[in-house]
Amino acid sequence: MSAQVSTPALLRTPLYALHLEHGARMVPFAGYEMPVQYEGIIAEHRHCRESAALFDVSHMGQIRLAGEDAARALESLVPVDVVDLPVGKQRYGFFTNSSGGILDDLMITRRANDLLLVVNAANKLADLAHLNTHIGHRCTVQSLPDLALLALQGPLAADALARVNADVERLSFMTGDHFTLAGKACFVTRSGYTGEDGFEISVAAEDAEALARVLLMQPEVKLAGLGARDTLRLEAGLCLHGHDIDAKTTPVQAALTWAIQKVRRAGGARAGGYPGAQTLDLQIANGVQVKRVGLVGLERAPVREGAKLLDAARHNAGHVTSGTVSPTLGVPIAMGYLPVNHAATGAIVHAVVREKTHPMRVTALPFTPHRYRR
Amino acid sequence: MTVKYTPDHEWIELDGDEGVATVGITPHAQDALGDVVFVDLPAVGANFKKGDVAGVIESVKAAADVYAPLSGHILEVNEDLRADPSLANTDPLGKGWFFKLKMDDLAEFDALLDAPAYDALVKNA
Repeated sequence: MSAQVSTPALLRTPLYALHLEHGARMVPFAGYEMPVQYEGIIAEHRHCRESAALFDVSHMGQIRLAGEDAARALESLVPVDVVDLPVGKQRYGFFTNSSGGILDDLMITRRANDLLLVVNAANKLADLAHLNTHIGHRCTVQSLPDLALLALQGPLAADALARVNADVERLSFMTGDHFTLAGKACFVTRSGYTGEDGFEISVAAEDAEALARVLLMQPEVKLAGLGARDTLRLEAGLCLHGHDIDAKTTPVQAALTWAIQKVRRAGGARAGGYPGAQTLDLQIANGVQVKRVGLVGLERAPVREGAKLLDAARHNAGHVTSGTVSPTLGVPIAMGYLPVNHAATGAIVHAVVREKTHPMRVTALPFTPHRYRR
Repeated sequence: MTVKYTPDHEWIELDGDEGVATVGITPHAQDALGDVVFVDLPAVGANFKKGDVAGVIESVKAAADVYAPLSGHILEVNEDLRADPSLANTDPLGKGWFFKLKMDDLAEFDALLDAPAYDALVKNA
């Protein structure tokens, strides 16, 4: 006789009914039932690059930190300049562990009365525990489960959103503010995960569906699912935690050193003071042995996560961490890690797929240019 | 021309006079897969036993095996499909055909599912 283990039911976002209404194919993701596609991944991807795509990302974690000491407290967990982050500005960062590995990546926005953090759905419980354990005594750490998050992304996203509230046009890339959209109080940042201009809209869960419907009434806007979200971010060269970055990869190996402001590096006024600082400072000073690169397939076969990479002599060189066929470029694209002496742009490596090898060329990221409105 | 099916969502059209079977995937299969981005077709002349993996079809998110529904050898593969895998989505029963196979044993064709049996399988899935 075996013990019966019941799996908890999947959670649903406030837009669940809307997704079904629009013919979404739902899949389990990070404990939620999420739309992977509606019309089709490639059509939705193209719509984002050409017009404006609306994503439900309410499964992600939103957390606020409040109190006099909140910024300094957060700096004890991330190698990011939070103390001097002006009100209304947003930064990308990561929680590090004692080896300098990445526990999660996140967006940090300074608001008038708090810091708003947006973290990955898969890590949100762990991130909350991490914050409470290490800085819960220094500031208020408040999970915001009653908020939804919508992402409106694409070259026509600003036109569409401005029709709802013209004031949003004053936001530039990586800034945020409070706006009323369709009568609902929202916090909006001009940022996203696609490489396109766009907005992320935090709104009360009970207002989310009504707001989504207003956005969908704009002629530019169509829903897009997690499938397109993944192909878009990969084309944009953006990391997915748990795949391209994880607790065993440091930001320096991941080519994310740009996110560590000088003030937090060795010699800076607020150098170190976060987990793994010694390791990261050494890596910044002396370099790393492996680094994250972009790869373009020279043949048709897609090369996916986990594929081994071989050098010209067919020796093990590295591995792929994300891969697909680029809807924009029509060729296989991937990200992976290679030893630095194999990682120069233009270098050829060989990806192992179903016991055959396929040549790939190391390419600068992003694969498609970013079109942020700075 | 008779068309039969496998539980793996492949259709097989038999040219009885020649013992040549044309093989493709069904509309149900292409819908379940989503956008097809790559097909790995068998080599012309390759021999397969019924049920062997003869190729691979990949969507944006995943790869799936394509099986030889009958024993035989490959006469021809669809180069148009290799060049444009989306034909498997837009015309799975026509331009999206995968390969033509010269059958070893015509009796194997009779053992395949007829249309009502395949439709019932899809409905009950």
